[in-house]
Amino acid sequence: MLYSDIGKPIKKVDNDIKLSGKAKYAADYNISEMLYARTVRSSCSRGRIKSIKIPALPEEYFVITAADVPGKNRIKFLTDDWPFLAEDKINYYGEAILLLVGADRALLKKLADEVKIVYEEIPAIFTIEEALNNVKKPIYGTDNKFADYKYEKGDVKTAFAKAATIVEEKYSTGYQKQAYLENQSMIAVPGKAGKITIYGSMQCPYYVKNALIQAIGIDSSKIQVVQTVTGGAFGGKEDYPSLLAGHAAFAALKTQKPVAIFYDREEDTAYTPRRHPAEIIFKTALDGENNILGVKADVKLDGGAYAGISEVVLQRSIYNICGVYSIANLQITGAVIATNTVPNGAFRGFGAPQSIFAIEMHMESLARKAGVSAIDYKMRYMAKQGDTTATDGVFYDEIKLPEMLAKVDQISDYSKKKKMYGEQPQFHKGIGISLFLHGCGFTGSGEQDIIKAKLKLCKKKNSQRVEIFAANVDMGQGLQTTFRKIAAKALAIPLENIDFPYPDTDKVPDSGPTVASRSIMIVGRLLQKAAEKLKQRWHEDNDIEIIQDYEAPARIKWDGGKSLGDAYPAYAWGVNVVETKVDPLTYEVTVTGIWTVFDVGQPIDERIIEGQIQGGVVQGLGYAGMEVMTNDSKGHSRQNNLTNYTIPTAMDFASIKNCLVESSYEDGPYGAKGAGELTLLGAAPAYAAAVGQAMRIHIDRLPITAEYILDEVIKHG
Amino acid sequence: MADISFILNGKNVTIDADATKRLLDVLREDMGFTGPKEGCGEGECGACSVLMDHELVSSCLVPVGNAAGHEIITIEGFSEEKRYEKLANAFAEAGAVQCGFCTPGMILAAEALLNKIPHPTEMQIRQAISGNLCRCTGYNMIIEAIQMAADTGDGLW
Repeated sequence: MLYSDIGKPIKKVDNDIKLSGKAKYAADYNISEMLYARTVRSSCSRGRIKSIKIPALPEEYFVITAADVPGKNRIKFLTDDWPFLAEDKINYYGEAILLLVGADRALLKKLADEVKIVYEEIPAIFTIEEALNNVKKPIYGTDNKFADYKYEKGDVKTAFAKAATIVEEKYSTGYQKQAYLENQSMIAVPGKAGKITIYGSMQCPYYVKNALIQAIGIDSSKIQVVQTVTGGAFGGKEDYPSLLAGHAAFAALKTQKPVAIFYDREEDTAYTPRRHPAEIIFKTALDGENNILGVKADVKLDGGAYAGISEVVLQRSIYNICGVYSIANLQITGAVIATNTVPNGAFRGFGAPQSIFAIEMHMESLARKAGVSAIDYKMRYMAKQGDTTATDGVFYDEIKLPEMLAKVDQISDYSKKKKMYGEQPQFHKGIGISLFLHGCGFTGSGEQDIIKAKLKLCKKKNSQRVEIFAANVDMGQGLQTTFRKIAAKALAIPLENIDFPYPDTDKVPDSGPTVASRSIMIVGRLLQKAAEKLKQRWHEDNDIEIIQDYEAPARIKWDGGKSLGDAYPAYAWGVNVVETKVDPLTYEVTVTGIWTVFDVGQPIDERIIEGQIQGGVVQGLGYAGMEVMTNDSKGHSRQNNLTNYTIPTAMDFASIKNCLVESSYEDGPYGAKGAGELTLLGAAPAYAAAVGQAMRIHIDRLPITAEYILDEVIKHG
Repeated sequence: MADISFILNGKNVTIDADATKRLLDVLREDMGFTGPKEGCGEGECGACSVLMDHELVSSCLVPVGNAAGHEIITIEGFSEEKRYEKLANAFAEAGAVQCGFCTPGMILAAEALLNKIPHPTEMQIRQAISGNLCRCTGYNMIIEAIQMAADTGDGLW
């Protein structure tokens, strides 16, 4: 198949194996003599281990503890503070202490329950407030902050000095669990001469490889990481697989047998990273006509017990705190706070959903104060091409928000309904709109300074086939298909002649992690460039190998120390409208309509993009109203399965009507930008604005439960 | 342990197993059919769905003893059918497959529905797959696929 129009949908290359049940996920591997490992976890939130009593184990059953970690017992992240297995200190309920390894999974579970651990408890810290009030001993450093950021733009001091009024509001958001259908799964297979091969469900094969090099203290050539068909990830398989692969590898090294760890839903739900809860405060200086003079904002993320990758999550929160609005005078502070709870991590949106919710609701509130409609107020500050970003960088490309707003109004009848529902409070109906953006790719200079992506393309002598060597994974988002499409178009050869095996670090160069909506825009561009070079050399009568390195677009300028400049190379945009009806007796919310318009540049496959939008919006609606996760008084998750942590079913939301605007980004493959995360960002604020109108309340919290609506209704009289 | 006989994907099978062993484990471990997946182990997600006498069941909740004398069809068996082909094509056409972990269960949920109601309404489709969780698609493209199969599947169901 040849493509003149790359966006035209094609049949996904992995449809058949997935539909017929032939696709092999990690738990479907049949490896002879394989053992299983079961994690024994802390039932104490903070303290020291005084003693561990292991029950009598049958023959060929093993215990793995911190003493069995051959190298450094810390997971390799930006800050190496998280042990694979606890040494003596415990920092959260559910922390991994030891592994039991053996052949029978049911027996292992029983034995794990019989392990007796005695702790010396230390008063634990469960909230951001407690972490900052200095009463209890800090968990991290002297101030309990894993990261502490500040940046300024314009002249905030003068703006606030001139203010007629200063509006202060606080927003808070809760946990969200990725809840991929395939739980975390990893297998380690010992090989010859100390080699370890990992097969597992993951987003970032090289993160896993580098974590194991450090944890085992072994040469790079001895660690091979192979991604298996991955049953959803959404960020949840960015950071945690490094820990799991370590556990499996330590057990495999000790037993010299293949060892699998397949989490059950309880472990996965209660003890693996979630989206960070956030507390966001705005102080906005207004003039006499309620125009914004300047904004001070403070973002606090609950990082949980270890730093992990939270600092990078915070960067995305604070750099996107102004949403789509260009504000002249800004002072932004942000911190990740340590608490004795499960460490939080990556989840689609990566710190931005919290900020986008907060800024959108703050703008709603300011509009009400100004006595104008939310959309009119938002349009006053909506960024245009050439305007400055929050970090004083530049919006270099055309911003199509006016066209997108017109389109969404046309398909949803937003303006008419907004007015109508405003005049008919007795029907408890509401409609809300959100405007949002997503910085595509890594934040700041991560791409050129840290990742340094490399992609390889090969053609053998006398062959018409081309093989893509990249570390980026298909986790459901369609990369197996979209990468082949990019290569096939650039080479003008049939898609069937492109090979793109699941990544194996023994074969593929490090093209970086499958995160940050970067795979298509950044690595896809490398692929296009490599394919164009290969096409030029197609006639050569020998093996051809093209290696393509990342080069940052020349226009990008970033000062990481000051957090100033172009935090992202490009932005994708969205406008969402959500319509709701609220039951005035039960406060149950029904979503009666969803309309979305997106600018993701040129789609590499329109149907795949549609799938990202449909799925992302529904995840965002889950975040808005359904998905509740809280801790009990010991910091233990109250939710530990899909019965008490409820994700959307087919019965929960109306269908979504979606449009794309025509757009193209010059540094993306065929004009494509990132799309995966953007799609989740707008649902919660649009839903909140709709519920707010239906019940005449101001929503300042996620998730919006019936109990919360009741409280607010009572508060508003 | 006891001898337990049932029909699996059209063949008579007899296994020597603890009658309380989960049908899911028998299928995956003893029979080598890994199409049914374990997503939650408590009947909430539907990834382990199989057909028992043409009704959709969560195989993680069925003790294999309860399968005795019944007909069990997994995705591996159903994928030999013409009706599978119709559904698979519709799923591909509608873009209903992402990570694929829920997909075999979704296909069997669709088969169980269409077997009873060849021309379902959107609401009937939503209800029929409401016990099968999908975190990737937001369901609408799956619903569209099932509708598409029903619209073009005359005579198959």
